[in-house]
Amino acid sequence: MPLQVELVSAEAKVWTGTARMVIARTSEGEIGVLTGHEPTLALLAPGQVTIRGEAGETVVAQVEDGGFLSIDHDRVTVVADTAALVTDSAR
Amino acid sequence: MAGQQRVYRARIKSTRSLEKIFRAMELIASSRISKARQAVASSTPYARAISRAVSAVATYSDVDHILTTEKETVRRAAVLVVTADRGMAGAYSSNAIRAGEQLRERLTEEGKEVATYVTGRKGVAFLRFRKREAAAEWTGFSDAPRYEDAETIGDTLVEAFLKEYEDGGVDEIHIVYTRFVSMVTQQPEIVRLLPLEVVEGTEPPAADELLPLYSFEPNPAEVLDALLPKYVNSRIFNALLQASASELASRQRAMKSASDNAKELIRTYTRLANQARQAEITQEISEIVGGASALAS
Repeated sequence: MPLQVELVSAEAKVWTGTARMVIARTSEGEIGVLTGHEPTLALLAPGQVTIRGEAGETVVAQVEDGGFLSIDHDRVTVVADTAALVTDSAR
Repeated sequence: MAGQQRVYRARIKSTRSLEKIFRAMELIASSRISKARQAVASSTPYARAISRAVSAVATYSDVDHILTTEKETVRRAAVLVVTADRGMAGAYSSNAIRAGEQLRERLTEEGKEVATYVTGRKGVAFLRFRKREAAAEWTGFSDAPRYEDAETIGDTLVEAFLKEYEDGGVDEIHIVYTRFVSMVTQQPEIVRLLPLEVVEGTEPPAADELLPLYSFEPNPAEVLDALLPKYVNSRIFNALLQASASELASRQRAMKSASDNAKELIRTYTRLANQARQAEITQEISEIVGGASALAS
């Protein structure tokens, strides 16, 4: 079962979809999320969040100041005050 | 007699130009309102994600946070009143202000000092006229608030909440805003912002389901520390957005009835002007006839 990913900023929903893997930088270090990950709530460090989509596309988002990442039953929510896509799905 | 006609003509002219203004304001309001409602809708995922996360921390860990603990004695309360920057919105601002004043009275009766915070030029003017001091005021974004605006307000309020009473801090914070119910109904509403009561989104796990062991990075206390101010900000942001949608809706309605009234006035004045013109003509004729018959005899 793929991950349900939601990427939201304060003013709008930035991206939603299904993915195989989500890579993000938390305050403790890099985290890679695959299906079946334990429920986690982590604070994000400013940086990039990479989502590897189901169909092999890659979505990269720039997360500015302190957001957080929550994982619960294969549902991944990335929340940030400001987030913008730097999508390069061709890669 | 010609003076009478001129007066009516002048009134028609000025009413007509007023009507144009009302119409333009109505059109502007109605074009912005869909945008404002969209902003409310698109800020919901963020608010939902935050409250879900907060309730996860509250459910799966036992950390207490200063923002969620009730103070034993409440000596000073803060009231944030959200009003409009501009008028021409019917009773919108005065309704919000009235609700705020009622809350202030109630709190004073309970023996609490009240510190007033206000957004919107109308609320600021209200206080200034009564020579009352606002603890802080923000203006310039009432019809299209951005998240940064909510952040500045939230930071100020949280800071006041964290301060000791002796240093001018407050023990609880209320927010008065106008909830957007529908295009025709907007309801002034009072919510207590701090100390927080986290209620939404707690789904008690089923009996046969194992309680998921949450892991928090770096640790529950720090996660909560980062989350709660965000939660406060997102509540404020939601209030601002609702208020802006309400403001535009009531402006649209007020301007619609104003331009209807203007049309009605123009019609009345046109009738009166026609009557005056006819009276003038009749009088002139009778004067001529009178003069002619005086010469003939």
